[in-house]
Amino acid sequence: MIGQIFEVTRFNFMSIKDRLYSSLVIVVGIAAVVSVLVSILAMGVGFQATLVDAASPDRALVLRKGSDAEMSSGVDQDAAAVVTQLSGVFGVSAELFAVADVPKRGSDSVANLPLRGVSPDGFTMRPAIKIVEGRMFSWGTREVIAGVKAAYEFEGVDLGNELPLRDMSLPIVGFFEADGGAYESELWTDVRTMQGALRRPDFSALRVQYEPSMGDSLNELVEEDKRLQLDFVPETEFYAEQSEGTSAIISVFGYVIASIMAIGAIFGALNTMYSAVSVRSREIATLRALGFAGLPVVVSVMIEALFLALSGGVLGAVGSYLAFNGYTASTLNQASFSQVAFDFAVTPQLMSLGIIWAIILGFVGGLLPALQAVRMPIVNVLRAE
Amino acid sequence: MTSFGFLLANLGRKPVRTWLTFFCIIVCFLLFGLLRSVGTAFTAPPNLSGVERLVVSPKYSIIDPLPISHMRQVRSVPGVEAAAHADWFGGNYLDLGLAFPTIPVKPMEYFDLYSEYQIPQAQLEAFENTRTGAVASRGTAERFDWRIGDVIPIVADIYPKMDGSLLWEFELVGIYDRPDQTSGNFEDFYIHYDYFEEAKQHSKGMIGWIAVRVENPDAAAEVASAIDARFENSRDPTRTMTENEYNAQFAQQIGNIGLMVTMILAAVFFSILLLVSNTMFQAFRERLRDLGVLKALGFSDGQVARMIIYEALILTLGGGVVGLLLCYGLLIMVSPILQIYGTFTLDALSLALGLATALVLGVVVSAVPAIRARSAPVVEVLRARA
Repeated sequence: MIGQIFEVTRFNFMSIKDRLYSSLVIVVGIAAVVSVLVSILAMGVGFQATLVDAASPDRALVLRKGSDAEMSSGVDQDAAAVVTQLSGVFGVSAELFAVADVPKRGSDSVANLPLRGVSPDGFTMRPAIKIVEGRMFSWGTREVIAGVKAAYEFEGVDLGNELPLRDMSLPIVGFFEADGGAYESELWTDVRTMQGALRRPDFSALRVQYEPSMGDSLNELVEEDKRLQLDFVPETEFYAEQSEGTSAIISVFGYVIASIMAIGAIFGALNTMYSAVSVRSREIATLRALGFAGLPVVVSVMIEALFLALSGGVLGAVGSYLAFNGYTASTLNQASFSQVAFDFAVTPQLMSLGIIWAIILGFVGGLLPALQAVRMPIVNVLRAE
Repeated sequence: MTSFGFLLANLGRKPVRTWLTFFCIIVCFLLFGLLRSVGTAFTAPPNLSGVERLVVSPKYSIIDPLPISHMRQVRSVPGVEAAAHADWFGGNYLDLGLAFPTIPVKPMEYFDLYSEYQIPQAQLEAFENTRTGAVASRGTAERFDWRIGDVIPIVADIYPKMDGSLLWEFELVGIYDRPDQTSGNFEDFYIHYDYFEEAKQHSKGMIGWIAVRVENPDAAAEVASAIDARFENSRDPTRTMTENEYNAQFAQQIGNIGLMVTMILAAVFFSILLLVSNTMFQAFRERLRDLGVLKALGFSDGQVARMIIYEALILTLGGGVVGLLLCYGLLIMVSPILQIYGTFTLDALSLALGLATALVLGVVVSAVPAIRARSAPVVEVLRARA
């Protein structure tokens, strides 16, 4: 039996070159499905990674009760002082987060450039922040430093340039990196500078570094203090929630589009395999007349379909890796209402997912024609001209 | 047999292949429609309402507030016919997060400005007279199965009440209809400004933006600059744009993702097109012999060639129409869910482009076989083995 399968499959593959063009239908069709699925999902994964990787288990945000983003939150000076005194809290950075309308590079339409005013503790608790060009801003001045992705995406975010903000203008003195995290899309300055520019006496939120084992008790302390009216949200939770909406939309979009395309690809594969079987109907009938069993014929057709599908899958997955891995894009993060730049992440998991899709499509597209191949009445086929 | 009968008989020659090709074309045009709708949603919202309005927003960022006193000054700018203010309430409904935009407005003022919104006069008056009242778009009301008189609870994220509580409850007193293709404003949920202003804890006396109707749409640009000039040196300078520009700005924030998705889909669409045309091309080649027989029976060269072209057109145009219809239905189903991200519709231009593409596809895939069938010498074709 194995010998028969091998022989029939060998016949099939020897004749593929005569059917090269129509075999390409399967390869190209499935490659298209896989590359679209993988690249769109890579966008979602990259977006999520940018937000989630920035989170650390020993940091938390203190926001106004009910707020789920820094932008909509507000914390006053007194509350900030109370939180600083809590035991288990190592450092507190009172921060002010806002956006400014700045055009993106190569566009005349403005987008929300995020600005963050920080306190000195904000740097100690985020060791990932590293100045890569220029220098750190001086406290108490109007100087700002810009994340490398903000510099890449926004017009005028250049070293030595002055960025107009409200009625002030802020000299950009340095660029920083943050291990690829979302901070790289932001501009940072002294929180007092921001308060002046925004004419706001309060803060958006407090960034707290704390002893992780005391998380629950801190949570209770903050949330049960009726005077404070604040929420204590660990960063891991905060960023997971922030990325949820947008990355879910991207994934759903990717799966919907890929599924629709997959239907098209299956029709294409069925078409090709049916004609592959019908062109060889005499040959198959002859083999059957010679005593070959049905199974080897079915298996051989399936092997051919799966082989073509797999080539398509690999082509699509590798193609989207080459084209999109590391590609930088930026979009509006609905949760923080600010632009976040991120890199597409074509991970090995996504590539395997694409190849699995290819195999399934090949299986579905090959099965019916394979069964058709053995169901043809041998005598009729042989007798037909 | 009529020639139409012939066409059908030919299509039925290999029914499996015909149906598969047909479905492939349907999928192709379904995708075409989707990519067009994504493209239009992310570039500029359609302006089919013919309403010319301006939006006065804070100069530096839309998250800044404007003082309510700006209203009086805006109204006094020559060329301004009417003005209404609005704000972004935010808030979460049930566990859905931001399920719809909640906007505090002065009922009479706002619905006068957005005169294309249809609401029964009695409901509008009820809204005006009910401080905790609210009106919903028909889309939102149907989505959550709300009835007039229902109490809608919204948990604030930006605006706690004076007593620190986050729960705001609004009584649904009206449902409005908006024209299909109104630009920008989505399924807004309007609450009463007076109640909002009185009950909110902070930002008293501040509003989000001002919508303006100009007397003469042709002079809109001048009016916009006049408004901005009025506030140029105030503490709260403004930036005034047409409503379309204002909305386009939001859409463009989604940015290059929209463009990229369009590019990916376009590439895919064309690769599928190539595959389909290849399959159809093959199908015709196999039939060259049959066509020779027809010619031998006395069909003219032109008749045979036309028959091939018509047959291809039945497949491509039929598939195109069905695919675009499917897309249309699909968009009607998903657009309420995606409304926060933009207006996803299939406009007339997209439909026309789709049908034109189907027509071109049909002609292209049948051109070569048709020419061959037309010029092939009958004897040679008949002698050749199929």
